[in-house]
Amino acid sequence: MLEVKMSKKLRDFDLDVEINVRPGEVLALLGENGSGKSTVLNLLAGLLTPDEGEITLNGRILFSGADNRSVPPEERNIGYVFQNYALFPHMSAFENVAFGLKRRKIGAGEIQVLVSRMLEELGIGHLVSEKVTDLSGGQRQRVALARALVIQPDLLLLDEPLTALDRKTKEKIRQELREELVKSNKPSIIVTHSIRDARMIGDLVIILERGKVIWTGQPDELMIDSPMRHEPDNTEEHVCFSVDDEE
Amino acid sequence: MASGPFSSIRWGKNLFILISGLIILITILFYTLPLISLILRITPAEFITAICEPNVRSAITLSLVTATTATIIVVLLGTPLAYMNARIDYPGRKFIETLIDVPIVLPPSVAGLALLVLFGRRGLIGSYFSEFGITIIFTSIAVIIAQIFVAGPLYIRQAKSAFAMVDQVYESAARTLGAGRLLTFIKVTVPLARTGLISGIILSFARAIGEFGATIMVAGNLPGKTQTMPLAIYGFMQSDLTASIALSIVLIAISFIILILIRIISGRAA
Repeated sequence: MLEVKMSKKLRDFDLDVEINVRPGEVLALLGENGSGKSTVLNLLAGLLTPDEGEITLNGRILFSGADNRSVPPEERNIGYVFQNYALFPHMSAFENVAFGLKRRKIGAGEIQVLVSRMLEELGIGHLVSEKVTDLSGGQRQRVALARALVIQPDLLLLDEPLTALDRKTKEKIRQELREELVKSNKPSIIVTHSIRDARMIGDLVIILERGKVIWTGQPDELMIDSPMRHEPDNTEEHVCFSVDDEE
Repeated sequence: MASGPFSSIRWGKNLFILISGLIILITILFYTLPLISLILRITPAEFITAICEPNVRSAITLSLVTATTATIIVVLLGTPLAYMNARIDYPGRKFIETLIDVPIVLPPSVAGLALLVLFGRRGLIGSYFSEFGITIIFTSIAVIIAQIFVAGPLYIRQAKSAFAMVDQVYESAARTLGAGRLLTFIKVTVPLARTGLISGIILSFARAIGEFGATIMVAGNLPGKTQTMPLAIYGFMQSDLTASIALSIVLIAISFIILILIRIISGRAA
């Protein structure tokens, strides 16, 4: 269970969010560019530090403003799929996925088994020794997901994981991603600008605007009473916000 | 028959090509003839005899040892600063960067004098060492210090831009996967910046092995002790021109190898 109440002063506005995500639940964080979505993920991962508040994951305090305590990112055990995936370009698919396991002092034989199994599960077992720079968008997305899942994280964070994919691949991977996230039985947060992604992947949707939660609800309610209800989402072209820039 | 204005245009065009060609030829000869004449001045047999002389051999050894040591120290000292300058926008960063760059444009004699004043027996740091009976100037250590001073900024500059080119998202990814700051630096940042770092190291080594002005002022020209190749070339000029030329050829060869290495590395990067 992830319990978050945190605030941070950003350049243009104050970010102030309260989030709770249960194991196996997928929270879709929807919002326009610069609304603070990616910042929320970076604060949870420990790449940024909140000014105040508390982040608790499975009862373990990751950040406490009151105690001035912050667990560094490498000790949080959080799987993070970055926008554009951030696969290490100087490593093969295998080395990318094995990176987190090596840090956990797991034996080479076991790493071999775990990585191969994970890549097989995601349908990319044949790419194990490929250079990641030679992979297609969909393949890279799977390697990034494998890298984040193989460490058995307590929380999964995904920053626009479908943005870099073409339309056809996106349709296919969206459903697979949903299944993987539910199967992992971890709390997951997916940041997206697309109503369609939020509806199809999320169990719960939060809309963020200038660092504040302006709407919380079920995916089905998005088109009924959310501020996005007038936005069409029946095709890929209908994204509620533009996605040209990273936050 | 060609005549009139067309003919004079063609003449003008030919003259232009002739003059341009001549200028280009003179430029190429100006830069290559001195080196060629140096190489043609001695026979291969004379070259081999010269580089087998004890003083010449010791100059070569001393140069290689001091320049390698200086380069290693430059990398160890310069890397953290280069990384900090690439990643953190602290107050006064530009000022510090400019200060560190000064030795690149400083006349070598000024660099030598500055080091002499600092490390001399009555210098700011040298006086402390001399209290313990340690002398820095006119020793091999002084040679290395001079090389570090003039060659370091080249590496720091190059390393800074190499680190700045590495997208921070890779470092963030490594951190979330369980790597601490140091391990992230070693496993992710350095491999991704390696091309720039290696060319920085090569450039720095080249500058160190060719260092003359600051070395002669702070370390003197003592055969076997502080007489590096450039100093030996100067020292032998009056007494043994063949030895000077042999050493020059060795330095030319090193310069060539360095340029080829840099070309290979930048070709790979491209």
